[in-house]
Amino acid sequence: MDWIVPLILTVITASTPLLLAATGELITEKSGVLNLGVEGMMLVGAISGFAVTVSSGSAILGILAAIVAGMLMSLIFAFLTLTLMANQVATGLALTIFGVGFSALVGSGFVGFPLDPLPSLSIPVISTIPVIGPILFSQDFLVYASIAIVIATGWFLTRTRAGLILKAVGDSHDSAHAIGYRVIRIRYMATLFGGAMSGLGGAYLSLSYTPMWAENMTAGRGWIALALVVFATWRPGRLLAGAYMFGCISVLQLHAQSAGVNVPSQFMSMLPYLATVIVLVIISSDYTKIRLNAPACIGKAFRPAQ
Amino acid sequence: MIRLEPRRSHSQAMVYLSPVLAIVMTLIVGGIIFAFMGKNPLEALYTFFILPISDSYGVSELFVKATPLVIIAVGLAMGFRANVWNIGAEGQLTMGAIFGGGLALYFYDSQSVFLLPAMLVFGAIGGALWGAIPALLRTRFNANEILTSLMLTYVATLFLSYLVHGPWRNPEGFNFPESRPFPDAGLLPIIYDGTRVHLGTAIAVFVVIAGWLLLSKSLIGFQLRVVGKAPQAARHVGFRQKRMVWFTLLLSGGLSGLAGLFEVAGPIGQLQPSISPGYGFTAIIVAFLGRLHPVGVLFAGLIMALTYLGGELAQISLGLPSAVTGLFQGILLFFLLACDVLTKYRIRVGSVATKGGAV
Amino acid sequence: MKSRIFKRTAAALATVGAMALGMGAAQADDPLKVGFVYVGPVGDFGYSYQHDQGRKAVDEKFGNKVKTTYVENVAEGADAERVIRQLAQTGNDLIFTTSFGFMNPTIKVAKQFPDVKFEHATGFKRAENSATYAARFYEGRYVAGVIAGKMTKSNTIGYVGSFPIPEVVRGINSFMLGAWSVNPDVKVKIVWVNSWYDPGKEGDAAKALIDQGADIMVQHTDSPAPLQVAENRGVLGFGQASDMIKFAPKAQLSAIVDRWDDYYIERVQAVMDGTWKADDTWGGIKADMVHMAPFTNMPDDVKALAEETEAKIASGEIHPFAGPIYDQAGELRVKDGENADDGMLLGMDWYIKGIDAELPK
Repeated sequence: MDWIVPLILTVITASTPLLLAATGELITEKSGVLNLGVEGMMLVGAISGFAVTVSSGSAILGILAAIVAGMLMSLIFAFLTLTLMANQVATGLALTIFGVGFSALVGSGFVGFPLDPLPSLSIPVISTIPVIGPILFSQDFLVYASIAIVIATGWFLTRTRAGLILKAVGDSHDSAHAIGYRVIRIRYMATLFGGAMSGLGGAYLSLSYTPMWAENMTAGRGWIALALVVFATWRPGRLLAGAYMFGCISVLQLHAQSAGVNVPSQFMSMLPYLATVIVLVIISSDYTKIRLNAPACIGKAFRPAQ
Repeated sequence: MIRLEPRRSHSQAMVYLSPVLAIVMTLIVGGIIFAFMGKNPLEALYTFFILPISDSYGVSELFVKATPLVIIAVGLAMGFRANVWNIGAEGQLTMGAIFGGGLALYFYDSQSVFLLPAMLVFGAIGGALWGAIPALLRTRFNANEILTSLMLTYVATLFLSYLVHGPWRNPEGFNFPESRPFPDAGLLPIIYDGTRVHLGTAIAVFVVIAGWLLLSKSLIGFQLRVVGKAPQAARHVGFRQKRMVWFTLLLSGGLSGLAGLFEVAGPIGQLQPSISPGYGFTAIIVAFLGRLHPVGVLFAGLIMALTYLGGELAQISLGLPSAVTGLFQGILLFFLLACDVLTKYRIRVGSVATKGGAV
Repeated sequence: MKSRIFKRTAAALATVGAMALGMGAAQADDPLKVGFVYVGPVGDFGYSYQHDQGRKAVDEKFGNKVKTTYVENVAEGADAERVIRQLAQTGNDLIFTTSFGFMNPTIKVAKQFPDVKFEHATGFKRAENSATYAARFYEGRYVAGVIAGKMTKSNTIGYVGSFPIPEVVRGINSFMLGAWSVNPDVKVKIVWVNSWYDPGKEGDAAKALIDQGADIMVQHTDSPAPLQVAENRGVLGFGQASDMIKFAPKAQLSAIVDRWDDYYIERVQAVMDGTWKADDTWGGIKADMVHMAPFTNMPDDVKALAEETEAKIASGEIHPFAGPIYDQAGELRVKDGENADDGMLLGMDWYIKGIDAELPK
């Protein structure tokens, strides 16, 4: 059983970037905005975090830079889709193309630079408890942050007035506007939060998960994050479960191969995707529950009536 | 503050002017970027937009590149009108290539004239089947097609990888991951000698026309237009959402499958692990850039294809890294999408004079 | 002012126009134009990066006498043929296409441009004006195997594979033959990640292997991630494609470096001298196409053994695939006293006896 703990540790690191980016996208989508540019924002976050950390020697500055970079990317998106009412789906995809190119351009000077991973915050004494010690009390702080942010997001959406307003804007922008909420401003903020979290997710990749910069190093994780938001039916709790489930199956299939399970590796690699579909089918079957959670106005442009 | 004021009716002038305006703005911003990179901006812009189509071969390549984009985007546009979010066209493309290509490999020594038509049918069926899964899961189990179609894309790509690394490997190919070459009877005829313009390009034009007719003349086209504009009203008059989901996913899946078959039976000529540089995803942009209209899609597909060709030439002639071409492509798309707003709105800059100015 | 801009524009258009018309016909003092096609970005710090290092070496060696051009991120599909053709059309005299998937397009374009010389890496089709080249990376893997056999304490090797193609299978076999030559108890665990390049996944695969007892990491994927994991987990490993010592100063034993510099320089020189032929080059340690990074993090006796093995492979005294070699089914593939021939090596799709894994068919 001594392999269980390292397995869980691997799952945690594999799931954290997905969780960070997906949490941001969840808030964005709850406000009624669909930003498909997560992959591009993550990449720009990854290179910004890496470049600033290497240049300044401070991981904190790097992480802040990644957040700001992600926000700037989402600001482009927000300006085009919210102010100029450009189509959200196409603009998000364009943002990814832009982000891949931009990060590669900025990153060309940082290829092949080594970097020490973020230190783990081992809490004295309790981190030495067998099993739960290493799992719960000796992660790097972005892992703790990702969990804390998901919990805070859940609390925000259900327990705060601001959260209710956000959902109202996402469900019916016309009514929300009629009541006097500033729909566009709220959506701007939700989109910026999404960008910040994608940037943070990218920084987790380039600073902690695999501390390096290489072009396209996200390798499609932004798309998985987007899918996870749908998978979670826009609920933070389920998002946490979904991200960890995806990470867990991705890692388990590698373990199974290593242990000599004799199935073509391509089929093993399909497992996380298939499992996500199957579980979604199971949890979606209850029609009423889903409809209560999906933001009704997602992807639709809003212009206040005159 | 920038403010938009709705036009009473769509500006016809702007329908044509806005792309021009977008391109002019891209030229300005792009020119600045190129100058910043130490390149002559005019030369760079010439390389991007004119050089790729400055000879007949270039034009023919533009058609080759645009063919899959246009075919896929016409199908996707129908779905997007009905709020069916198929973002797994890439997977449907792959399945079409597997089904149609599999037929060619099964009859690898065939000289039958029926092989190619059968491959076309199989390709479309393969894509449609892969599109049917999200349709079934959506209509029967209420599972969101954004997730299911995207996840199935990874599955399809891995399945193709399994086939060409294993059972469908060319027995005469030193165990490298590629299938046998398709027999001549399984290759698309070239419709213009000396180029790679194949039958699929002609079919793409046909798809555009058929899509146009479907949208403007048929009942289902009418329903698609209504659903897109007023989903509530559509529900009231009893349009069946489920039927719409099935129709659009089968249609877009089938067209994507056809596009995939055209790639492997056209320019590639065999199955291999990588058959598409993301056409299924790029086509989503093409669909919206073309304002979800088949004719618009045709132009958008050509513009998109042009930027890829230009990107290659910018690397060859100017030594710009591919990163710059991605950056430039992104900026062009931003402007095209932003300027599109001018068809519906006027831009007003300044303080809000009217009521309801909550921006 | 206006007229100056106009003049500059006209000049630019004229230059570009000339290029488009393919007027690069070489004059005596014109530089030799050499084109490169890469499947990945030059910023991958792996396969394409190393090819680009080779291109830079050509630039450095020949200065103004050459003009090199590259196109990166070229998909192995319909795009490849167009890119190769454009390079030929714009007056490149010699074109290197550096990925297996470019084989058929290269041959096709070569037929259309008989005056241009082509070189395709890792394939098996040639034409009158199209050569092939590859590196015997398996030689380097044999040396790595010898080191691993000496250094492993758990007798378990973790191997991160990309795709089960002959190149990778050959590498696994060669590595294990090397390891068994010094330590018959070594076992290998293999994980396929189905990607050449996904740092996160490669790293996770390495973690899985280490968790299951591997204390030496070998990889046939492109990113430094598995080696980084080895460094953090306190085990040892080998770099791939480039010297990755910066990423794992305490873990890297050596690295099997792709070194195309000399080959590219030699071929460019051959074109300049008029001696270029469309032949097949498969160079290894001797030709320095496969280059072992400095042997580090090992005791002196292992280092000496590694150096000796490397020298013997270079001299031909050791052939990694010297018979007798049996496959997993127990069939004799290479007879005693013989070496595996290049045809067998090229298409290798079987594991040697003793490897406890099944190869996907």
